[in-house]
Amino acid sequence: MTELLRVDGVTKAYPGVVANSDVSFAVSEGEIHALLGENGAGKSTLVKMIYGLVRPDSGAMTLRGAPYQPAKPAEARRLGVAMVFQHFSLFEALNVAENVALGMENPPPMRELAAKIRAVSEEYGLPLDPSRMVGDLSAGERQRVEIIRCLLQDPKLLIMDEPTSVLTPQEVEILFRTLRQLASEGTAILYISHKLEEIRTLCDEATILRRGKVVATCTPRDRTAREMAELMVGAVLKTPERRPGAKGAVALGVSDLSVASPIPFGTSLKGVSFTVAKGEVLGIAGVAGNGQDELLLALSGELRSGADRIRIDGQPVGDLGPVGRRRVGLVAAPEDRYGHAAAPDMSLVENAFLTAGVRRGLTKNGFVDWAGTRAFAEEIIKAYDVRTPGPDVAARALSGGNLQKFLMGRELMQGAAVIVINQPTWGVDAAAAAAIRQSILDRAGEGAAVVVISQDLDELLEVSDSFAVLNAGRLTKPRPVEGLTMDEIGLMMGGAHGMEVAHHVG
Amino acid sequence: MDIGGINPVILIATLMASAVPILLAALGETVVERAGVLNLGVEGMMVIGALGGFVVAVQTGSPVLGFVGGAVAGAVLSLIFAALTQVFLANQVATGLALTLFGLGVSSLGGQGYNGIKPPSTGQLLPDALADLPVVGPIVFGHDWVVYFSILMTAVLWWVLKSTRVGLIIRAVGESHEAAHALGYKVNRIRLLCIAFGGAMAGMGGAYLSLVRVPQWVDGITAGAGWIALAIVVFASWKPWRVLIGAYLFGGITVLQLNLQVAGSIIPVEYLSMAPYLITILVLVIMSAGRKANGAPAALGQNFHASR
Amino acid sequence: MVLRLEKRPTPSRFWLYATPPVAVLLTMVMGGLLFALMGKNPFEVIRTIFWDPIFGEFAFYLRGQLLVKAGPLILIAIGLALGFRAGIWNIGAEGQYIMGAIIGASVGLAVFPTESRWIFPAMVIAGAFGGWVWAMIPAILKTRFNTNEILVSLMLVYVAETILAKASTGFLKNPEGMGFPGSRNFSSYPAARNDFIYEPLGLHWGGVAALVTAVLAFILLTRHQVGFQIRLAGQAPRAARFHGVNPARLVVLCMGISGALAGLAGLFEVAGPAGQISIDFNTGYGFTAIIVAFLGRLNPLGIVLAGFLMALTYVGGEMASTNLGLPDAAIQVFQGMLLFFLLAVDVLTNYRFRLAVGAH
Repeated sequence: MTELLRVDGVTKAYPGVVANSDVSFAVSEGEIHALLGENGAGKSTLVKMIYGLVRPDSGAMTLRGAPYQPAKPAEARRLGVAMVFQHFSLFEALNVAENVALGMENPPPMRELAAKIRAVSEEYGLPLDPSRMVGDLSAGERQRVEIIRCLLQDPKLLIMDEPTSVLTPQEVEILFRTLRQLASEGTAILYISHKLEEIRTLCDEATILRRGKVVATCTPRDRTAREMAELMVGAVLKTPERRPGAKGAVALGVSDLSVASPIPFGTSLKGVSFTVAKGEVLGIAGVAGNGQDELLLALSGELRSGADRIRIDGQPVGDLGPVGRRRVGLVAAPEDRYGHAAAPDMSLVENAFLTAGVRRGLTKNGFVDWAGTRAFAEEIIKAYDVRTPGPDVAARALSGGNLQKFLMGRELMQGAAVIVINQPTWGVDAAAAAAIRQSILDRAGEGAAVVVISQDLDELLEVSDSFAVLNAGRLTKPRPVEGLTMDEIGLMMGGAHGMEVAHHVG
Repeated sequence: MDIGGINPVILIATLMASAVPILLAALGETVVERAGVLNLGVEGMMVIGALGGFVVAVQTGSPVLGFVGGAVAGAVLSLIFAALTQVFLANQVATGLALTLFGLGVSSLGGQGYNGIKPPSTGQLLPDALADLPVVGPIVFGHDWVVYFSILMTAVLWWVLKSTRVGLIIRAVGESHEAAHALGYKVNRIRLLCIAFGGAMAGMGGAYLSLVRVPQWVDGITAGAGWIALAIVVFASWKPWRVLIGAYLFGGITVLQLNLQVAGSIIPVEYLSMAPYLITILVLVIMSAGRKANGAPAALGQNFHASR
Repeated sequence: MVLRLEKRPTPSRFWLYATPPVAVLLTMVMGGLLFALMGKNPFEVIRTIFWDPIFGEFAFYLRGQLLVKAGPLILIAIGLALGFRAGIWNIGAEGQYIMGAIIGASVGLAVFPTESRWIFPAMVIAGAFGGWVWAMIPAILKTRFNTNEILVSLMLVYVAETILAKASTGFLKNPEGMGFPGSRNFSSYPAARNDFIYEPLGLHWGGVAALVTAVLAFILLTRHQVGFQIRLAGQAPRAARFHGVNPARLVVLCMGISGALAGLAGLFEVAGPAGQISIDFNTGYGFTAIIVAFLGRLNPLGIVLAGFLMALTYVGGEMASTNLGLPDAAIQVFQGMLLFFLLAVDVLTNYRFRLAVGAH
């Protein structure tokens, strides 16, 4: 196979961080090459340089033997480099064809483009209606828009950034078939992920990054997932310990909960029912955009419902707001750290007060006890090993993992009877993620009822006692985790949203 | 065929002309807001355009050059807004307000010495033979060129926003600046150009006030027209043809109100002159009620800074 | 080499405090250029505006004028700042100021010429009520119908101005005014008069109210839960809902406070320095207060300083107008420029400039 792209000694530094340091690797035509690393290992910066969004400080790249130094994405695209983003590159209020056109250099007239989209999407087994509004599409369908946008430009190198995090297991299958078909046609694929099993099934070669440096290259099929994980993390991983506590009485009961979504293009909840006992962890899986955010809002009290719809220890709380529910004993942690769970421009002390004021008794006659709040913030920082110069820095100054540890500590240290968490370890490095999962289990061991909403199946299987899936705003009946197979989970997740079609094998 | 002392043909013909300033300004602001920028400085850009247009027209004797001057003046002022919000990332609401206060100040300073002068007149575009036809004459053929230009601009902007690549890019930037940036579009540059366009349109609208509607230079000549233009953009759900309808509606109310004042209506003059503002509020209420997302661009009012 | 903006991890404390003085300096430079272009001696103009009112020949009188002008500006700006902090944009303080004056004055004029020490306090309450009611219109329309408060509160300024015209030529017109527009003058009605408490400083009840309000607002913002909620709602609206803030209640609260304070300012003005309701009784304090609020960094104590600075431009501006023939509008331009520079320099609080090689 001929070499397509070579990256040679590339370095990129930001103030305070070296994102990439002397990174080298090569990708051949028709090769599926994995770029493996934890959050913050420098994968994103590296591919942004290849795609022309960021310029390297030093080092060189060659494409098909010629020097390659794209000044902007348009130039990269012209030279046959295409990229499927993890976030932030679709426009919800525009339709599929318009979204595709925006990613092309010289798009044909809309009608012609729509026909092309239909043809290419059929050919690669990714059906799409060009006239649909992107905001109405499922996460998997949105990804198809991005992939087809790339395919229409006949790319030589396709970069995929964490493509499976938003897919059901069946959708992952379809995607892999598509990628293999592309590779067999000679397209090189640079596949970014931290999911090891996937890389072992799909990729031919892997480059492993840690703290901005290449630490190893390997052939994934010849390695175990554990070996690669340890290369990636640089340490031996501990699986969280579960303290088998006896399950007690029902602490949280939700019955026939239906609420309209306040989010544009959101998913309303339809007849959600479940119970969580003291000491039990209920894991709620589902592909992004199936009502997870709405469920958290409805449980935290930001969205209200009929009083009887939600009960804590038998007491109706559905009509209470967040303050009332905290008082009764429910704390919640939303997914979005920057702007929802925390105010990014406020200090950690102020962010500690954000939710802990009620249960930690930090107000007197409406006046805030800032000294007490500061002490609580310091307590969290200590107990959860939050790396920060002090409690007075702005939340935005902390790395994602550190802020998440702080926010988890804030909720978990309030001695609440019911804990609801959406995406506890999203964008968090492995060590911090393990610590967070451990503390969730510890709280359950002490008798708290915990609901964990997550898109990471491995995480859910690790921490949960029972398991349910949110699909289009409906919740499946929770089942015990023990004895659950991947196939069953896939079926619970709604398969491939009925979009599976016969695959042409190239 | 007068109704209550008011001739409906004349009424329609007059409202088309009286709507021109807010129509032009609102069309410009539509483009600006579609690109995700909320420029509350329309009033300031209009009043600067009114002065700029007036001065150029008086100095050169050419009303057409006057309108060009108004557009340039509005665009130049809008560039202050563009620099502050797109380069210095200042809050758009505060900057827009500053622009209005500054524009009113500069116009009143620069306008000294132009009071009481008559500008060269902008005449009817088409021959009298057409304009004198009954009914259709005054309504369709009896206007000056700016009236036709404003209608043409409505059509052009509708077409550009709906069917061209430029329009698509503008809408994309207004929907999600992160996504547009990730695809390699220069968000702040695109927004800057839209802001300048909006300034030019507001400036022309202002010039129509000082050159045709009033026609002379008066301090604070816009009297809230810029704010009404902003309201019309909301009323129109950011769609050019609806902007036209909105502007004509307000033009109609203004003309009717003036006619009623002249005709000596039983309603006191003060209450009549309040009408346009009260009706603006009423329309805003009706258009906003019960709808969370009424077509507002998703990134409206948010600044963009490419962090990495 | 290109200058690039880069977000600071933590806002700069230095620039938080340095921004207003730097903006003032830049405005003096640019304003000086403007005055020079107008054929005036820039140094003389700047000295007349910024120095003479405090240290010049007529300072004994002008110093008093400072608080007279600063009082209403501070009072209004504090109310506005609370709203701006919460992301609630009340732009119609001018209208609320007018309505406060009209309703407050109406109470006093209704009982003319009764003498009672309860009349002035009743007028004060009525004035605050007038401004509050006028601000409640955009507040309730926003919470009920999701209507834009910026546009509604602004439209209501024009409506208030028409009501003012009607009041001074109609229902509040002085019956002994020989046909001239304008109400009775409060200076000849002691029970309803907003007297100077200490004239050399220009201190009347409005000034007292402004300074007390500034202290209370500062405590509210830094120590009280409601102040925390106001700041939170402005910085991170979703986090505020998560905290438990009811956005509608916050809108009603903030609009109500700012309306009532603007109304108070209007009442103190009409019963004091202005003396009567007249067609052009309002002098744009409601709009200038927006500049004061930002210049004071939306911080009540900062607003007190900003209010005095802005008052200086008014008092000094009048001096420059009478002594040097500087048009009044030039001061308006000067004030607008100040706000521009402030907004521009403010970028340094959260960002820093860096020299970077290449376009990226």
